[in-house]
Amino acid sequence: MPDVAVELKGQDRSWHAKIRDLNWIIIGLITVIATYGFAVLFSVAGGHLDPWADRQIMRFVIGTVIMIAIAIVNLRYWMAIAYPLYFVTLLLLVAVEIAGEIGMGAQRWLDIGPIRLQPSEIMKIALVLVLARYYHGLTTSDAARVKSLFIPLALIFVPVALVMKQPDLGTAMLLTATGAAVMFLAGVRMWIFLSAIGSAVACVPIAWRFLRDYQKDRILTFLDPERDPLGSGYHIMQSKIALGSGGTFGKGFMLGTQAQLNFLPEKQTDFIFTMLSEELGLVGALALLLLYVALIGYSMLAALSIKSHFGRLLASGIIFTFFLYVFINMAMVMGLVPVVGVPLPLISYGGSAMLTLLVGFGLVLSAVLHRNTIIPRGGPFA
Amino acid sequence: MMVGRKRVRPDRYKVFTRRALLLGGIQGALLSTLVARLYHLQVVENKKYQMLSDENRISVRLLAPPRGRITDRFGQVMAANRADYRAFLIPEQTENIDVTLNAISRILPLTLDDRARIEETVKKQRSFMPVTIAGNLSWDNFAKLNMEFPDLPGIQPDVGTTRFYPYGARLAHVLGYVGTPNEEEAGRDPLMHTPGFKIGKNGIEHAYDKELRGFPGDTKVEVNAYGRIIRELDRDESTPGRDLQLTLDLELQKFAAERIATESASVVVMDVTNGDILAYASMPAYDPNDFNVGIRQAAWNMLLNDERHPLVNKPIGGTYPPGSTFKMITALAALEAGIITPDFRATCTGKRFLGNHIFHCWRKQGHGTLNLVDAICHSCDIYFYDIAERVGIDKIAEMGKRFGLGTRHNIGLPHEREGLMPTIAWKKKRYRAGWLRGETLVAGIGQGYVLTTPLQLAVMTARLAGGRAVNPRLVRSLIDAQTEAPELAISPVNFAAVRQGMIDVSNRPGATAYGARITEPGYSMAGKTGTAQVRRISTEERASGIRKNEDKPWIERDHALFVGFAPTVSPRYAVSVVVEHGGGGSKVAGPIARDVLLKAMQLDSGRPAVLPSARQMPPRDPTI
Repeated sequence: MPDVAVELKGQDRSWHAKIRDLNWIIIGLITVIATYGFAVLFSVAGGHLDPWADRQIMRFVIGTVIMIAIAIVNLRYWMAIAYPLYFVTLLLLVAVEIAGEIGMGAQRWLDIGPIRLQPSEIMKIALVLVLARYYHGLTTSDAARVKSLFIPLALIFVPVALVMKQPDLGTAMLLTATGAAVMFLAGVRMWIFLSAIGSAVACVPIAWRFLRDYQKDRILTFLDPERDPLGSGYHIMQSKIALGSGGTFGKGFMLGTQAQLNFLPEKQTDFIFTMLSEELGLVGALALLLLYVALIGYSMLAALSIKSHFGRLLASGIIFTFFLYVFINMAMVMGLVPVVGVPLPLISYGGSAMLTLLVGFGLVLSAVLHRNTIIPRGGPFA
Repeated sequence: MMVGRKRVRPDRYKVFTRRALLLGGIQGALLSTLVARLYHLQVVENKKYQMLSDENRISVRLLAPPRGRITDRFGQVMAANRADYRAFLIPEQTENIDVTLNAISRILPLTLDDRARIEETVKKQRSFMPVTIAGNLSWDNFAKLNMEFPDLPGIQPDVGTTRFYPYGARLAHVLGYVGTPNEEEAGRDPLMHTPGFKIGKNGIEHAYDKELRGFPGDTKVEVNAYGRIIRELDRDESTPGRDLQLTLDLELQKFAAERIATESASVVVMDVTNGDILAYASMPAYDPNDFNVGIRQAAWNMLLNDERHPLVNKPIGGTYPPGSTFKMITALAALEAGIITPDFRATCTGKRFLGNHIFHCWRKQGHGTLNLVDAICHSCDIYFYDIAERVGIDKIAEMGKRFGLGTRHNIGLPHEREGLMPTIAWKKKRYRAGWLRGETLVAGIGQGYVLTTPLQLAVMTARLAGGRAVNPRLVRSLIDAQTEAPELAISPVNFAAVRQGMIDVSNRPGATAYGARITEPGYSMAGKTGTAQVRRISTEERASGIRKNEDKPWIERDHALFVGFAPTVSPRYAVSVVVEHGGGGSKVAGPIARDVLLKAMQLDSGRPAVLPSARQMPPRDPTI
């Protein structure tokens, strides 16, 4: 990282200087992972770019341009829009809820002309922004106080409740965990977390009674997929078979029988890691894992060098979200956690997840690029 | 620091850094779990999952062996296999059978009958077993189906072989037919459950099913999650069933079956020298090709209710009083018992009294005085009443048995009936009653209790003609050495007299079958007519004048019979013809027998002297 002097208000570098100063290692790692993904999508289609790899590449290129555009915008501006963005997104979530009621069923997006807007995706970023903004304004001792728990908890709870109602368990979990992580990094007392986890565990037997039969069924199936091998247990059984049969070196690129022969459901989206592990084996899976660790670890180290509290919390919050994606998706296909719809970042086919992640990394890059920008506690332009 | 720890707040950068490291540690731990899990699944349990993966994608399917062909004695194929384009339905792969059937009817029109059959089979079978939707598809329909089937879940196009009988009904009762095994026949043998697999249900197909069936092969195919075959991995070819060579002469068989025309009749031609059955016709019959897919109920009912019994295998399954064709047996019984000599004469006045019963000759005015040869030639009833009474029923029955009557011959076809040679002991056992003298008289002319099958009559004639105890046989390829049948220990003088009587029947002007004689120069035949009463003629009826057969309803008319052999010198062919309700033996059965015997002799020219052996049959042509 080139050493850049402390930036003060109104003293931004030129845009081409900023592009030069971007953290290209992060961008490079992202590109390598995405390219790995293209190869896998190429294999999923039986050795064709169409229908997945070509579109994914196009999205990635557009997404990268957007990411860099976001990165060179001064962090202060992102801080400034934190609250407005959060509340607008919240309104959109409510709008989705109403549209979903009208549309008789679960709905996660709004059709605005040609664009399909998925507010829960925006919320993943808006929540981190708003929490970072909130904690930026608190001193350490303020952050540690119980009374300052209420606002962030409310900020987390309201969107989680709305997303749960869609219902989108995966996103709800992701939002909760991300929010908790930002609160943790901001200095909320350790015992609060411990007791929250403790009481959550204690609540399990009580909560069990309130679950609907199909929900109980889903949990039981997760614990023992063989009890319903052709129904809800099918996905996870087939996933384990495909993954386990891959072995150390895999069945070979484009030779994964389970995935290629359609035993594996949703192989291009949520279960793409299974496909990859079947064809490229433990070696291929660990290679991807290593790339993720490099990206997460390196980004975190970069985040540690950020001078503003807002920037640090924002960057680490988004990196943690990214980590959660990786972990939940992999744990899910390996049968360690229940099947929830969480894609494998930068690998799974899908436009909105890709865009969310690249926008998120745009903010991380912005925070890193503007790491020496000093932001007063009162606000971005105070 | 120690004391003031609670009060001294570290700055938020330090808190952040510390906690970030802690969070990093947690992340590291979680990722390590993933690595451990990956290692466990992919390395430790790899074998298990590899096996499951193979089970998932590899499906072992049995290959039904091609059924052995059935040929005639010269290797002409009578039961062949041909490619059959068909469509299966696999119930468990459809979401809704009705919807799927509706969809497929746009390509293959299904009748209500078809649908009923499919739905019934679906109910009976387990849901993973294919149900035949339609067989014998045209290539066009099959091609259309292949284009559409990816959008029709549960539909599977397939090419198999089906049995094909090029001569249809003309060989129905010999060959039988094949069909899908029922639950009981199938048992647990997986071959039986192979889609399209057929077993012999009747005739030779049934009797020699094991030989014809062969051994299944298997193919390991890679299937996708929808059961669709992606490619073949390994193939173990099936062993075709054995070809079976019958003793039949296809040309003669076709001729005999066609010669029967619209009559309800059976014709059996045997080789006098070795018992080979050269023709075995039973008409009317059914088309065995109709049974391949499963015959429709309506068609089946029609066959079942037909008064001409097309489903009955008449040569072995029909029993008839032999009528006058039995007279040779009565004659030989009396001759061999030494009760008469061929010169024995009796006088026929048209009537014979026994107690207060009157027994009539078929010729009302009588035949006058005749010797044995004349009696056979003119089929005089009074002569045979006389000698039958003298020799007794037991001796007659014994002679009948020596000539193959009243006994099963086991030529390999199912449902063979035994017929009946009545004896005193039999009647006692059967009716708990004594034998009446009058019954001997009636039995002497082949009426009353005496019952024979057309096959038995053919055997009798072959033995009469050749003097050897030949046994009939239908399957040639399974017989290795041809051992000559033993001589029937009958005095040559007696034999000669009986044979002369038979020669006269169709050669002496005025004899019963003179009208059915062979006129072609160089050919000759001998024979005996028979007319078997279907019901007893009452006294009143006789008084009012016997109604002519033509005036009676078909079912009440007499059976017409004829047995014969040819040529008259060193006979080669023996024939029996039974025409149900055909009227008189001389008028209906005789001409058929003559034509068939003539045909048999004519076919001899231009035929190889030595038959090709079963092992030198023409190479297998996969299309037939």
